[in-house]
Amino acid sequence: MAEAGRRRGPTGKPRYSILALARNALSYHENWQAAWRSPEPKPSYDAIVVGGGGHGLATAYYLASVHGIRNVAVLEKGWIGGGNTGRNTTIIRSNYLWDESAAIYEHALKLWEGLSQELNFNLMFSQRGVITLAHSEHELKEMRRRVEAIRLNGIDTEVLSTADVKKLVPIINTDQGIRHPVMGGFIQRRGGTARHDAVAWGYARAADDLGVDIIQNCEVTGFLKDGNGAIEGVETSRGTIRSKRIGCVAAGHSAVLADLAGFKLPIQARPLQALVSEPIKPVIDTVVMSNAVHMYISQSDKGELVLGAGTDSYNSYAQRGSLNIIEHQLAAACELYPIVSRLRVLRTWGGIVDTCPDASPIVSRTPVDGLYFNCGWGTGGFKATPGSGHVFADLMARDRPNPVAAPFTLERFKGGYLIDEHGAAGVAH
Amino acid sequence: MANQSNRLAAGGRVDRRRPLVFRFDGRRLQGYAGDTLASALLANDVHLVGRSFKYHRPRGILGLGSEEPNALIQLGRGNRTEPNLRATQIELFDGLDAHSQNRWPCLRFDVGAVNSAFHRLFPAGFYYKTFMWPASLWSTYEEVIRHAAGLGRAPEGPDPDRYERMHAHCDVLIAGGGPAGLAAALAAGRSGARVILADEQAEFGGSLLGDDDVTIGGTPAVDWVAEVVAELESMPEVTLLRRATVNGYYDHNYLTIAERVTDHLGVGLPTVPRQRLWKVRAGRVVLATGAIERPLVFRDNDRPGVMLSTAVRGYAVRYGVLAGRRPLIVTGNDDGYRTAFALADRQARVAGIVDLRTDPIGPLVAEAKNRGIEVLAGHSVTATHGGRRIEAAEIAPMTADGSGLAGSTRTLECDVIAMAGGFNPTVHLFSQSRGKLRWDGERAAFLPGTSHEAEVSVGGCAGTSSVTQAIKDGIKAGLDQVRALGHTARQPAAPAVEEHGQGETRPLWLLPSTQPVGRKGKHFVDFQNDVTAADLMLATREGYRSIEHVKRYTTTGMGTDQGKTSNVNALAIVGQSLGVDVPAVGTTTFRAPYTPTTIGAYGGRDVGHLFAPTRTTAMDPWHRANGAKFEHVGDWMRAWYYPKAGETFRQAVDREVTVARNGVALLDASTLGKIDIRGGDAAEFLNRVYTNAWAKLGTGRCRYGFMLKEDGMVMDDGVTTRLADDHFHMTTTTGGAARVMNWLEEYLQTEWPEMDVRLTSVTEQWAVASICGPKCRELLGRLCSDIDLGNDAFPFMAMRDGTVAEIPARVFRISFTGELSFEINVPTRYGLALWEALMTAGADLGITPYGTEAMHVLRAEKGFIIVGQDTDGSVTPLDLGMDWIVSKSKPDFIGKRGLARPDLHKPDRKQLVGLLTEDPTFVLPEGGHVVETVKPKPPMAMLGHVTSSYYSPSAGRSIAMALVKGGHARKGQTLYVPLEGRTIPVTVAGTVFFDPEGSRRDG
Ligand SMILES: Cc1cc2nc3c(=O)[nH]c(=O)nc-3n(C[C@H](O)[C@H](O)[C@H](O)COP(=O)(O)OP(=O)(O)OC[C@H]3O[C@@H](n4cnc5c(N)ncnc54)[C@H](O)[C@@H]3O)c2cc1C
Repeated sequence: MAEAGRRRGPTGKPRYSILALARNALSYHENWQAAWRSPEPKPSYDAIVVGGGGHGLATAYYLASVHGIRNVAVLEKGWIGGGNTGRNTTIIRSNYLWDESAAIYEHALKLWEGLSQELNFNLMFSQRGVITLAHSEHELKEMRRRVEAIRLNGIDTEVLSTADVKKLVPIINTDQGIRHPVMGGFIQRRGGTARHDAVAWGYARAADDLGVDIIQNCEVTGFLKDGNGAIEGVETSRGTIRSKRIGCVAAGHSAVLADLAGFKLPIQARPLQALVSEPIKPVIDTVVMSNAVHMYISQSDKGELVLGAGTDSYNSYAQRGSLNIIEHQLAAACELYPIVSRLRVLRTWGGIVDTCPDASPIVSRTPVDGLYFNCGWGTGGFKATPGSGHVFADLMARDRPNPVAAPFTLERFKGGYLIDEHGAAGVAH
Repeated sequence: MANQSNRLAAGGRVDRRRPLVFRFDGRRLQGYAGDTLASALLANDVHLVGRSFKYHRPRGILGLGSEEPNALIQLGRGNRTEPNLRATQIELFDGLDAHSQNRWPCLRFDVGAVNSAFHRLFPAGFYYKTFMWPASLWSTYEEVIRHAAGLGRAPEGPDPDRYERMHAHCDVLIAGGGPAGLAAALAAGRSGARVILADEQAEFGGSLLGDDDVTIGGTPAVDWVAEVVAELESMPEVTLLRRATVNGYYDHNYLTIAERVTDHLGVGLPTVPRQRLWKVRAGRVVLATGAIERPLVFRDNDRPGVMLSTAVRGYAVRYGVLAGRRPLIVTGNDDGYRTAFALADRQARVAGIVDLRTDPIGPLVAEAKNRGIEVLAGHSVTATHGGRRIEAAEIAPMTADGSGLAGSTRTLECDVIAMAGGFNPTVHLFSQSRGKLRWDGERAAFLPGTSHEAEVSVGGCAGTSSVTQAIKDGIKAGLDQVRALGHTARQPAAPAVEEHGQGETRPLWLLPSTQPVGRKGKHFVDFQNDVTAADLMLATREGYRSIEHVKRYTTTGMGTDQGKTSNVNALAIVGQSLGVDVPAVGTTTFRAPYTPTTIGAYGGRDVGHLFAPTRTTAMDPWHRANGAKFEHVGDWMRAWYYPKAGETFRQAVDREVTVARNGVALLDASTLGKIDIRGGDAAEFLNRVYTNAWAKLGTGRCRYGFMLKEDGMVMDDGVTTRLADDHFHMTTTTGGAARVMNWLEEYLQTEWPEMDVRLTSVTEQWAVASICGPKCRELLGRLCSDIDLGNDAFPFMAMRDGTVAEIPARVFRISFTGELSFEINVPTRYGLALWEALMTAGADLGITPYGTEAMHVLRAEKGFIIVGQDTDGSVTPLDLGMDWIVSKSKPDFIGKRGLARPDLHKPDRKQLVGLLTEDPTFVLPEGGHVVETVKPKPPMAMLGHVTSSYYSPSAGRSIAMALVKGGHARKGQTLYVPLEGRTIPVTVAGTVFFDPEGSRRDG
């Protein structure tokens, strides 16, 4: 995006390239600079972003790069990217059903295209295609509806026959006699995956380069308001930090922060689990999602199969889920991809996802002047990272919603104009 | 066939009378029963067994068990092949066929090793810094990277073996059958408690199996093990699981155990599963998982032949295999001396003991001197030599603080290096259970701190290094657990143990060499992922300081060994480079599973036809016998249509619809959800969950209702009937039955616990045959004499009890087709009989079965909606034009507040309308979108989409329903449905396409 501009940092960090690698090899890599500084927090900032996940770091980056607001701090209670950003299965796509969703996710996808170059950090954004399967007459009909909506929104989509699916995914079981036979599907070829940690690090490095302070191990524990109830700053585990413009981007812990600020959010926090297998030579080159069989799969560049499913049924802040979800998900994996049965699970983990009643995000002003929230991305916000940061920075900089984000305000829960991706979207990753 | 040149003439637990033949990379070799693949390879002097992940460096066997990072094997072929198995855990069987991995064309000459030549271009995280230009080439780069990465190969086809999951409960679950675990099991078992003891090895005994210098009660330790196991085996309440890894520790003492039932046999058995996943709910848990030895980080510490000290000793003692004849010991504690002696006792010429400690003292040091073994105190290994096998090490004296060298180097020839870097307690399960770890500076190890579950750690995993202590603590733990559960404890006496102590450990995390770290040679920390000390330092230099950042940036600890040998070394080196203590760097969280676990084992039997239930109705055999085509609706198989010979789908459906309107037709409606509702507050309950009023519904009368979600959107619909004052029969959609049941229960249990209402799902209890059409009253009259079927006596929306075809039945006069219709409910076991009776009795009336497709057409002709097809969770009753069903006077119902919100009353909401195509034969595709203005190409603003669309034989034309923005006000307007290739103009109409007056309902 030209609008976002090229990085030209005041700190003048050397750029990454193969030449830089070669040059540094001569000095045994002893002269690389820190990707970002770890400064002490200043007493005040022009803007504060609470939460150093991908969305928060992207917000800070766009505040600095697009809006020229560079005296910015990102406050992260642990290590940047340690929340859902570093726990997700990295599916990126924009083929959503509703116009409002399609617009914001497509905005993000366009930013992804070229982001590695913009940030000068290889995010390994891999447009290997995302396939969604249909397993029944009913799902075929639903699929037709979605494909039509996506097509008329000007977003790339292609219907696949069972044979097309088999060609793209040779390990899939297309036997029509199974309980949930693969009856077809559709693909977004521009969709794919990216390296999640790199997204946090790439934004952090680029934001730092523009003067943003990234402050880790700094938990926000309260909000300061002035006599009129407008925001004045935050209390943190590293002391008071002042600012009249604060954006909270805390995913699973958003409701906790809202509580500290004195209002409630319509958000449920639930564990969502994922797992990887041991690395093997490539067997699957795209991302495949299935609603009826309830799991999705891709293979990382390291060779691990990355498998995900649905959320746990109980609300929780513990970043771990229940075994039954894993059992079901792996039975599903064996059903659709019989060769995985003898492979082994290497690691399982969970994150806390923040889900709104309509499974759409909140990018909004709040009852507290100067305090903004960006949350509710739930099970599917990684793909939105650049777009979310971009529109949220816009909202924070101008105190009026960016047109793409306008449908996603808190007001919708009062007015009733929900964007219900639950009912329609199926597996929401 | 190579002879076993490294096999000792005697000793070890292998059975020399049972030689086994196996292949490694095609080479035929011999081992013995009781060997692992690793011990058998070493017996044949095979050290080079794999290539590393990134640099393709030659690698040998490092360890003895599940900690092994290097020796990863592709076992077997075809559909049964398995990648990435650790040679140290594969039990040898006859005909075993193993291959090395990650090399091409072969292990000895691996082209990938050129990576090693360019290694300086590939420091940690190099890929984040390059491959960005030109952007379009990334997919090409990526493909190359992908093919270079990955370890072994996946099987070629479906898994021929079977798995199962097993539930178990016990008083005490003991993880690990070494001295501590055995002692705990004995103590708990003698007290009569139900005990499960699981160990990942083929035999119990743990570390005792690899030591020959420990006696218990005056006899060799293994004899004590045998005695204890024999006693445990005689206890009926004790379950002993071998080859069973306790691999997951979940909330509330819920643990999983992965048991490998037949893997060691090499072939599956028909009667048992290949692997079994135990799911155990334990009263108390004793963790006795031992400790894992740490490698030492010195320059080029990865050459084949560089091994853990306990492994070198274990191969000699347990398997009778001398890994090398000229071993060099490098140790930071006394344990390395034990290895030296065990080897010396077996004809090895020990090249020396490099002791990191400046001034080691104690009996073992003295014994080394007595034996004439050179002890090089305060020395470091500064380099190693050798290609596919270690040949020599350079050593030099260190400065007192261990940070540099204090003298010149000297070369020692050796063919094995045994590294004794101290022990890491195996705290993985403790950490999984959410117990808090604490760093013990003196032991230089993470130990279990505060527990989160009812659990205790004993023995090596609690930081104990003495067998005496392990047994004592084990006994105490066993007794404590059974006491806590209320059993009477019976104390076994702790036997007398003779053993050597470990002495002080000098934790020296990075051994100094002649070159700064990162300059020449590589100091490996994570062998499998090729992460070096220099990589860790680079990460901290670049700002990746949290241990999680370091892990992710360098990939240390992310391999299939999950960092069992590397994590603590990495933490310490990161701490050193940041100038902080280990605990300040953090601990990494341990996650299930403890060792990689077969995917099929988690799936168990829930695969193939058991993957998901297929529900069928009582009439299903008839449908099948009569050529019905089926569709899946939720879990159900429903008859979709019944084609006659030569009929197309459309012809069959048209015929079924026509008969339903003109004669009599029969539908299997058994799949509708049915809920029996009883209690004094049942009517009030319905008042709250439906939008319309229920209090005044008379007994024997039925009413149609909508349920909304809290947000005011339609969730489900159905007809509910009052059977008595306090008794109702509710029906739901087929797909929504379970959801509605859960929803109602949730409200009853969490919001309105004071209500006197009981719910029972009776979907499976009733079979339902729905007859419809002008002749259906005549048909029913033939089979039912105890109900007056006349319109006045049995009006629309009423229910009567009676007998149909001599079967007790509930007959409902409700209609989803607009025709006269009766829904006959009978107990499920009579469903088929009822169906057959109806078919027989209606034969002369031309009775015709119809399927779900005809049902859809019939209801659409009448404008009746289907929840989930014409609604999608974003549609209100008002959008459907069904304002009449929403009570204005009830004080509350679920969704009332949501529905009151202003946006839901805006005129531009998507509303349900009918659409008529200009061409009456053209049937719009469902899912097509409606626009006002067609543009030459997308994007185009959409108004909504076609929800239902059919050819209607009754109307003689195509019909469709659609959700269209502001649709109710657009009646008569022309809109467009742009399809790929053509655009269809449509006229907005009402949703009732047939019999708008409703004159046919009463027959
Ligand atoms: C298992 C799993 C799989 C997923 N798969 C996908 C997928 O395939 N595709 C997709 O698009 N999305 C996916 N998601 C969702 C996606 O991960 C999230 O929507 C997205 O990463 C959210 O980013 P974030 O930056 O808002 O949140 P996070 O990365 O969670 O960042 C929030 C940060 O706020 C910090 N924080 C919280 N409270 C405070 C406080 N009081 N003070 C300071 N800091 C605080 C946290 O420590 C955290 O670092 C998945 C999620 C999970 C858990």
